[in-house]
Amino acid sequence: MNWRSIWAIARKDLKEVRQNKVAWGPAIAIPLIFAILMPILFSVLPQVMPVEDIQRELGDMETLMKNLPPSIQAIFEGLKLEQMFVLYMTAFMLAPLFLIMPLMFSSVVGADSFVGERERKTMEALLYSPATDMELFLGKVLAAVIPSIALSWLTYLVYIIAVNVASYELFGRIWFPLPTWWPLMFWLTPAFALLGISATVLVSSRVKTFMEAYQLSGSLVVLVLALVLGQVSGVLFLGVGTVMILGTLIWIVDGVLIYLSIRNFKRSSLIAKL
Amino acid sequence: MNAIIEVNQLKRVFGQNRAVDGITFHVEQGEVFGLLGPNGAGKTTTVRLLNGILPPSEGTARIFGLDPATHGEDIRRRTGVLTETPALYERLSARENLEFFATLQGIPEADLSRRVDEMLEFFELASRAKDKVETFSKGMKQRLALARALIHKPPLLFLDEPTSGLDPEAAQQVNDLIANLTSANGQTVVLATHNLFEAQRLCDRVAVMNKGRILALGSLKELSRKLWHVTWVDITFHVKPSENVAGSLKALHGVIQASAEGEALAVQVENEDVIPEVIRHLVNTGESILRVNPRDYTLEDIYFALQAGEA
Repeated sequence: MNWRSIWAIARKDLKEVRQNKVAWGPAIAIPLIFAILMPILFSVLPQVMPVEDIQRELGDMETLMKNLPPSIQAIFEGLKLEQMFVLYMTAFMLAPLFLIMPLMFSSVVGADSFVGERERKTMEALLYSPATDMELFLGKVLAAVIPSIALSWLTYLVYIIAVNVASYELFGRIWFPLPTWWPLMFWLTPAFALLGISATVLVSSRVKTFMEAYQLSGSLVVLVLALVLGQVSGVLFLGVGTVMILGTLIWIVDGVLIYLSIRNFKRSSLIAKL
Repeated sequence: MNAIIEVNQLKRVFGQNRAVDGITFHVEQGEVFGLLGPNGAGKTTTVRLLNGILPPSEGTARIFGLDPATHGEDIRRRTGVLTETPALYERLSARENLEFFATLQGIPEADLSRRVDEMLEFFELASRAKDKVETFSKGMKQRLALARALIHKPPLLFLDEPTSGLDPEAAQQVNDLIANLTSANGQTVVLATHNLFEAQRLCDRVAVMNKGRILALGSLKELSRKLWHVTWVDITFHVKPSENVAGSLKALHGVIQASAEGEALAVQVENEDVIPEVIRHLVNTGESILRVNPRDYTLEDIYFALQAGEA
């Protein structure tokens, strides 16, 4: 395995994606909304909202909390109404939405790298290089996965700072992240990044344009929305155990998809599609 | 004989379509070998098969003694390919394009920058090295693509329609570069083209292809002989020759036909050895000869004769 070639392919793909404004527009906008706008909104809101409005909200929340696991309920014990609202919204309700980022970033880069290269008619020259099929594949996957994870982690960091700063007056201490966020960041996020790229690679053999690939692989966001709905309805709650189990399942799906992708990623089939 | 490419009964089938249908040829070191034919003749597929991009359906090929189906990476390390479209990364600069492919070709980090500079200089692109390729003209892109194919100094070069889509000036420039490369560096070149003028100018031997098969193979002279078995010679006189000059020539051994018009005479002979006899006869009969031109067949004549025969 020639790692110099693999990194060269990954670096080249990233340079190319950096120039693709269609790809990067949403990739920059969404972290800004998630990491800065939403935590400020949900932290400041209860500090300026009338107490009766919060009580009305918490009336609904109390019903929800009855369905929570005891370990999660314990986190809310002894908190003021406003603190409960901020904690519930920023630490729990927004959590699954953060999984959109690794999925979206890796899908965007993957679509540009695998399908965009074919669309721009640059694939043939790459296939005439001495890089092996596996080196080409790994270079392209790394180009999608590494920045997706890095950018997600950076967004988490900004979010952590934003939540603590915005709610410091209310809590009087640095209270975020909660323990459930560690497996979310370091177990589930990389799994979702790999899910985005492996799904894109599989889809790439069946579509002709970058946009088609982007849209098809983007439909995986439904998974994230299902998690949000699960939390709102009380069916599924992202505690440490749930995140670990969910992460393991996604890693297994990743393994299967990557295996299928490698099996399909052959020079002879790629050149036939040019 | 030092054959760099040896191809034997090579076939590649896509469904019902026989893209390459049992071709056999060899290319010697330092030779410029042309694959000629219309679109769909099988030229590009042949280049792909020889570089191990596609596995053959049947038959064998050896490049540097290696089988492309099993040693594709080793072969591609020693070949440079100019694809039909430049296939450059338009969002990257000329330098970034060359650096990327130089890395893939295994040029050591220490030599990489110097080698890229050399190529940019040689192809007169140094002043635009940092510009994005999307701002380049077609001719500049083709020169950059050629630089990419040569960055690792490959002993074997495949050029697929190198002047396709270029204006005559840019095409001339690219052809001059190719001619210089082969004469100066002794590289072996396989030129896949349907541009007959280009092939006649650059190739030592050609294989004329159609529908995946080789219709004829050889140098221009060999192909002319194979096709026509006769030679035409055009003779121009200082003053109009006598009335019966054509008739008297027809009586000579080896002369097939002759026809005069004004100061010009066209004579068809069995072979070039008959021409001195024709000249001697005309001098002896008192004709004043100004010019004698044995007529050369062009590759165009040969190509269309072959394709017509195929049709």
